[in-house]
Amino acid sequence: MQHVTPAEHGMETSTGLDNRKLLMWLFLASECLFFGSLVATYLLYKGRSTTPPFPHDTTIAGVEYSGIYDIPFTSVSSFVLLMSSLTMVLALAALQRDNRRAAQVWILATALLGITFLAGQAFEFTEFYHEGLTVSSSVFGSTFFVLTGFHGTHVAVGVLILLSLFVMGLRGRLTSERSLNLELAGLYWHFVDVVWIVIFTFVYLIQ
Amino acid sequence: MLYERRARVDAQRDTNAPPEDTHLAMHGESHPGYLEYVKIAVILGAITAVEVGVYYVEAIEDLLIPILIALSTVKFALVALWFMHLKFDNRIFSWLFVGGIMLAASVFLVAWTTLDILL
Repeated sequence: MQHVTPAEHGMETSTGLDNRKLLMWLFLASECLFFGSLVATYLLYKGRSTTPPFPHDTTIAGVEYSGIYDIPFTSVSSFVLLMSSLTMVLALAALQRDNRRAAQVWILATALLGITFLAGQAFEFTEFYHEGLTVSSSVFGSTFFVLTGFHGTHVAVGVLILLSLFVMGLRGRLTSERSLNLELAGLYWHFVDVVWIVIFTFVYLIQ
Repeated sequence: MLYERRARVDAQRDTNAPPEDTHLAMHGESHPGYLEYVKIAVILGAITAVEVGVYYVEAIEDLLIPILIALSTVKFALVALWFMHLKFDNRIFSWLFVGGIMLAASVFLVAWTTLDILL
């Protein structure tokens, strides 16, 4: 016999879990495949580019080329995104304890940290463009911009979701009873963060 | 007769009911407190600093890749287990996420093998 357990908000499902949360995890699983493919493509073509600029210091036919990655700058960006995960989880914890004002502050802080990360990425892209790296200049340019561009787009979508939740909060529509909305947004945001953890290591640090 | 059947079904449901801690976990009531989240964030920040530090140490150049992969795996796990609450939530969510990661890893292996043959 099928076991029925009440899930959140009084809805009954055969799994006992909220279908929206289950769907979000299914979506994130599919996103793993999406970003996994992009990271794999970057790694498979890594070192096959013959046109400068190159990601790290490279010597070709006796000519030395300086790498274009600015590791200290990207490290700060990574730190900003990591801290946005902290503010996100603090927002959820506050809302679940019915502390709406604190939740609002943490949601806004998360959105601002996300915007800071995006500004850093825009600056990095502009610098690379001035160095001669474009999406069509080399295999490195194509794989790098497609991967980090899609990640940046995900961050931008996350910021829009957070700002929408902030407005909902201002109108009094974000309550502890509706904390699942924030939890789902949080899952998406943390996923974007773990993807960056992988990108930072495999794209920027590993030579 | 219908009443007796209903009583049997209810009794069956009660014996199948999830334990209380599972129920609490599903509703997020057993999630960690603020301080624990801050501790995790400090650890994440420290690991990032170590990652950047080892990047510049030429003496461990040969070990750089395994060290960086190990550190990023720890960061990934900390965010997934604590911030995404996989440590506290229902196991189904963990299996879904791990399934997605395994599928992505298989795609990478297939692409790697194919490209190695073609190029």
